[in-house]
Amino acid sequence: MLKDITLGQYFPGDTPVHRLDPRTKLLLTLLYIVTLFLVDTWSGYLLVGAALAAVMAVSRIRPKAMLRGLKPLVFIIVFTAVLNLFFTSGEDYLLRWGIIKITRTGVRRAIAMVLRVVLLVAGTFLLTYTTSPLAITDGLERLLSPLKKLHVPVYELSLMMCIALRFIPTLVEETDRIMSAQKARGADLETGSLTQRARALLPLLIPLFVSSFRRADELALAMECRCYNGGQGRTRMKQLRFSWADAAAFALGGLLLAGVVLLRRLGL
Amino acid sequence: MSLMELRGLTHVYSQGTPFEKTAIDNIDLTLRHGQTVGLIGHTGSGKSTLISHLNALLKPTAGTVLLDGEDIFASKASMRAARFRVGVVFQYPEYQLFEETVFADIAFGPKNLKLDQGEIDRRVREAAAFVGLGEDTFRQSPLELSGGQKRRAAIAGVLAMEPELLVLDEPTAGLDPAGREDLLEKLFHWREARQASVLLVTHDMAAANRCDRLIVMDHGRVAMDGAPEAVFARGDELTAIGLDLPAAAHIARLLRARGIDLPPSLYTLDQLTEAILALWRRKGGTPC
Repeated sequence: MLKDITLGQYFPGDTPVHRLDPRTKLLLTLLYIVTLFLVDTWSGYLLVGAALAAVMAVSRIRPKAMLRGLKPLVFIIVFTAVLNLFFTSGEDYLLRWGIIKITRTGVRRAIAMVLRVVLLVAGTFLLTYTTSPLAITDGLERLLSPLKKLHVPVYELSLMMCIALRFIPTLVEETDRIMSAQKARGADLETGSLTQRARALLPLLIPLFVSSFRRADELALAMECRCYNGGQGRTRMKQLRFSWADAAAFALGGLLLAGVVLLRRLGL
Repeated sequence: MSLMELRGLTHVYSQGTPFEKTAIDNIDLTLRHGQTVGLIGHTGSGKSTLISHLNALLKPTAGTVLLDGEDIFASKASMRAARFRVGVVFQYPEYQLFEETVFADIAFGPKNLKLDQGEIDRRVREAAAFVGLGEDTFRQSPLELSGGQKRRAAIAGVLAMEPELLVLDEPTAGLDPAGREDLLEKLFHWREARQASVLLVTHDMAAANRCDRLIVMDHGRVAMDGAPEAVFARGDELTAIGLDLPAAAHIARLLRARGIDLPPSLYTLDQLTEAILALWRRKGGTPC
């Protein structure tokens, strides 16, 4: 049921990709996105696709898992393709039938856009598939820490993110549980008109809110009991350290960027 | 006559991911009319997964569940019908309360059954009486009740649907011993009065003791199935799979280990007292 959502799902593992510093992976993901948007040749897409496939192979993420993650995006992908297919102006018509015109440029652009979206999403999924949410927040906090000088509450923000992420599975579980309990009492959550279905959600939402508030209260109390007083002077159990593997990863990322730029220059 | 039959029931969570887990593995079980069955097992042995199949909340990966000989997963209608005939009270049911008043919350199930107002009224009053909630609580918000009262209100919400089979997942968890005893007493009384069947999932061996039949689960399979005395006679196996024995059976086991000749199937305090007194008399002593 609800457990099947793969929103930033983490696949635990112990591969070189999993072991990279989360900061490295965050920065490389950014670099990957920039690289992807510089691509304007087929060979460039091929290169980026090959790089993605290589990283997937190293991190042992199965193509099946990746496809499952892409499934919710099918609509957006098809929409992008259709939009580009029919609304690209040009003179090199492939097909002309009334107001429907398909141009060669349009076909090319549609394929390129689909490739771009798929590669973009797959690349970012690779980050969340190989990095636990906690490691991501940790990395983000460290990367954003220069902003502390500008009085941005980086620590508090990352703590909030951390807690929110931590409680997603708990909330999902709780929702599942309350849903089961209300269904057991004959609640019908699936049929009926829109207003009926909205009303049917009340038996679900009210207990969920009540328990969320209770949980927030308990968490605050537990934190105070352990003398929590903000980020000042806190040390960490897991120290983030760059290693030679991170350097190698950056080098490979740079190589990919250079390759794409080269192909662009050569116009291959 | 069999009320419910499980055939080759298997459930695998997150199939095809690294989190894949077989929660229940090829279970065959028959529940008869009018029985009170206890389901015991260690945390994670698959008890909760099993009971979610009984009212069609979870679809099995393989196998079927028959209610009066008919597959409950045959259609949407049959799944819904099963939900009204098999009442399930989940763990910590007090977290499901949501209505503005206790009365309205208990009436939620009967209302979904599309009963008329008079019948709803009767059922709510009857169910509340069974769990010992006074009419003075009817107009209160369920969130204002005490912990024990909340639990009872939530159970009443399922009783009001008048199920033929009542399934309770750890109904006494988190209650004090007196509250536990009291709640069990009320549930057994309800079963008697309604001539219904009960499946009681429990960790509490005192509760398990009072069932007609015990099913022991371990790692998603049925490890033992029989009368309580037969199950508790296999004390070593029970402790091996991480379960406690009732206090009396535990004491008897320790005494036997010290070479005192006690019969094997002692599991209530009365039986134990009786057996020890008998031994005492045989040795020529007089009870004090």
